[in-house]
Amino acid sequence: MNHNRPPLLLRIAALFVLLFLNLPVWIIALYAFTTDETTYTFPLPGITARWFSVAWNRADMWQALSLSVRVAGIATLLALVIGTLAAAAVSRSKFFGRESISFLLVLPIALPGIVTGIALRSALGLMEIPFSFWTIIVGHATFCIVVVYNNVLARFRRTSWSLVEASMDLGANGLQTFRHILLPNIATALLAGGMLAFALSFDEVIVTTFTAGQQSTLPIWIFSQLTRPRDRPVTNVIALFVIVITSIPILLAYRFTQQGDLAEERKK
Amino acid sequence: MQPAISFVNVSRHFGEVRAVDDITLDIMDGEFFTLLGPSGSGKTTSLRMVAGFERPSKGEIYLHGANVSQLPPYERAVNTVFQDYALFPHMSVAENISYGLMIRKVPKAERMRRVEEMLALVRLPNLGGRKPSQLSGGQRQRVALARALINRPPVLLLDEPLGALDLKLRQQMQIELKIIQQQVGITFVYVTHDQEEALTMSDRLAVFNNGKIEQVGSPSEIYERPGTAFVAGFVGISNLISGSAAEAIAGSSESFAVRPEKIHLAEAGTPVPDGRLSADGRVRQVIYLGMYTRYTVELDLGGELTVVHQNLETTSMDVLAARGKRVRLMWNRTHMQPIGD
Amino acid sequence: MQAVKRVSLSQRISNFLFLRPRLFLALLLLPPILWLGVVYLGSMLTLLIQSIFYLDDFTGQVVREFTLRTYGELFTQSNLDIIGRTAGMATAVTLAAVLLAFPLAYYTTMHATRRSKALLYLSVVLPLWSSYLVRVYAWKLILAKEGIISWFFTQTSLSWVLEGLLRLPGIGGPSLSISPIGMFLVFVYVWLPYMVLPIQAALERVPASLLEASEDLGANALVTFRHITLPLAFPGVVAGSIFTFSLTLGDFIVPSVLGNSSFFIGQAVLSHQGTSGNIPLAAALTTVPMAIMALYLIIARKLGAFEAL
Repeated sequence: MNHNRPPLLLRIAALFVLLFLNLPVWIIALYAFTTDETTYTFPLPGITARWFSVAWNRADMWQALSLSVRVAGIATLLALVIGTLAAAAVSRSKFFGRESISFLLVLPIALPGIVTGIALRSALGLMEIPFSFWTIIVGHATFCIVVVYNNVLARFRRTSWSLVEASMDLGANGLQTFRHILLPNIATALLAGGMLAFALSFDEVIVTTFTAGQQSTLPIWIFSQLTRPRDRPVTNVIALFVIVITSIPILLAYRFTQQGDLAEERKK
Repeated sequence: MQPAISFVNVSRHFGEVRAVDDITLDIMDGEFFTLLGPSGSGKTTSLRMVAGFERPSKGEIYLHGANVSQLPPYERAVNTVFQDYALFPHMSVAENISYGLMIRKVPKAERMRRVEEMLALVRLPNLGGRKPSQLSGGQRQRVALARALINRPPVLLLDEPLGALDLKLRQQMQIELKIIQQQVGITFVYVTHDQEEALTMSDRLAVFNNGKIEQVGSPSEIYERPGTAFVAGFVGISNLISGSAAEAIAGSSESFAVRPEKIHLAEAGTPVPDGRLSADGRVRQVIYLGMYTRYTVELDLGGELTVVHQNLETTSMDVLAARGKRVRLMWNRTHMQPIGD
Repeated sequence: MQAVKRVSLSQRISNFLFLRPRLFLALLLLPPILWLGVVYLGSMLTLLIQSIFYLDDFTGQVVREFTLRTYGELFTQSNLDIIGRTAGMATAVTLAAVLLAFPLAYYTTMHATRRSKALLYLSVVLPLWSSYLVRVYAWKLILAKEGIISWFFTQTSLSWVLEGLLRLPGIGGPSLSISPIGMFLVFVYVWLPYMVLPIQAALERVPASLLEASEDLGANALVTFRHITLPLAFPGVVAGSIFTFSLTLGDFIVPSVLGNSSFFIGQAVLSHQGTSGNIPLAAALTTVPMAIMALYLIIARKLGAFEAL
């Protein structure tokens, strides 16, 4: 850390960028209470809370929400299993093609969503598989794997292998060692990775558009609302709800990896 | 009598590297046996093969007559104390210690009782509820020991367990470990690179070098009658005399080793008594080490000898004055050890 | 320890796998490789396969014959316009993102206390992970003709500036919320965290001792920055630019929400595979951003960006 006082210009610039990043989202909170239902007039003509109950009664919104939750749940589960297996393999052994595995895992999230989306769409088209609940999940799980993988891999690397040896030395076989020693040590990494994966899946719209057919997840529902002027504040209410809901797992995941993150950053 | 541990022509290769190269060794019941050697000499790998963390590339390992070479660690009747202690961070001290019993489904009441016993043995009463992160290095080391001993293994393996401790604590633990071993009565196999530690604690030791065992014997045998130049140099300070100097002093051009504390430093021209050999030279360096002083003497015949004297009567002023003086070195013929190499 | 006569199944599996570490490794890797291989690589393969088919205009069906005519369609003026428009926007967004990200990353690394560093990190990461769509939507509100920004310009008597901007050809539009300027702003906003984090990571890796040595040798802050900090942070900049460039190339949400009728690559792909069912053209069009990014990645690797990821 530089002990000189940072130049004023730098501080102003940094503050500006910080505000630029964080303020816009909270503007939505403001608009959730406006009485104006067709435009985005500022200043707000009036304040009301009735949009919350209107939103509550929108059946299509609930359907979309339920679909999003179910998809995110199952995709996260799949990602947890596959990501942990991959992390276990990569952290422990040096094998031919180890870096390729890491590269392969990161591709679905590194390449633009549209590429993953159209690729899956092509496959579905070629094999004449109809769109369904499961086609959405397949897409989501694929890019969620790397999120779990990164978290669990980092934790595996920080776990000393002599713990496993000690456990075996004391009479525990592989399965018992996993249950009593490894699992407790990676538990919070699994939790953090899982929550990030959930948030990622819950929010995803691009790949979903290509694999969902007629169904709407919540982001797709929001997207369709954006082009419709009816009940605009309802969209604002839902948007506000989404921000709050996705902030919670993010903050929790951050808490779980916080000490680890700071330690890693200091090491770099 | 059947040995507790037997290595029979054991080798361990890592690709081209021979970490352990064809060793054969018997360790008897109740011994405190040390594997001594520099880093990379194969001592740790040998220990790990007994524990089961490595499998021999060639040869067999026997525990009380049974061939365990292919058995996983959890099926061998040995326990290990690790260099980094490997205490489970998410468990308390008591849970750590009782882990082996818990795995074997020993009922809780008995587990608790035996944990108390162990805590008393390693002199850490009342620390059962703490977490490893709350303990000092020395305390963690004792918990690791307790965790291993509670399973009543016939053999305990210790992989440089005192390496992370400071000198005073290390010396104290060396004595404590020895006492515990005698109290419990089981075989201890101890790995270290510290020759002083090895000499202090062991009943017998094996000196490793480059994957092979150079010599096996009791501390006094190893120290006073080193079998090879390496052993002479690694354990204690060796003075090697060979070639023409050996010829002139001892009448044979074989290599000889003489321990520095066995050499008497006398003024030049002192008459040489019967049964002693001598060499003349000049004191090149004097290092005062409190308890004793170390002199490096350049011999007229070529080469150098290191001489160590207890500072019984002398002070630092006295000894430092010796620098540059001409001296006569004398030692007992019986203290010269021929080195075959 | 006694030998147990009845060995449980889990014990037997454990023993079996213990003696065969390579088999165990293969078993661990099997599900991930199967999944990614089949699902991901497999579908990428079908993407390429689709792009060499073509759509018969008359029947509206995809004809499964090898042909390059779909790729040929990419070279029509309208498609080239689409590609150029998208690439241009991606470049502009990347540049702006670097300019904005650097001060924040620099401040966080070099001047923030440990407490505020965590807070700053969080305030970059939280927007990143919270809903992308909602964040785009927020700007629709802000940039609306009757919204906050217009109100602000009116209050400060600067609305003529705003109108002038909107009248500029190529980047203007009927309102900020339906114009390339608006799109540019939103793109920079949503991708900014992707630029801040790698730059911050690269700056964190600059050892303080280097900076101190530079000062010790007589360089002032500006010189140290130019000759030491900047070159060392460069891989982070390149890494961040990979994200901003790639994400802009493929996006269709921002152009849909804030754009006019001129398509970006993402919208074109979406529309082709949608009602018209022209998957071959959609696939062929998608290979363009892939090719651009592959080239970009090769250059980036040469510039050492992958250490910063």
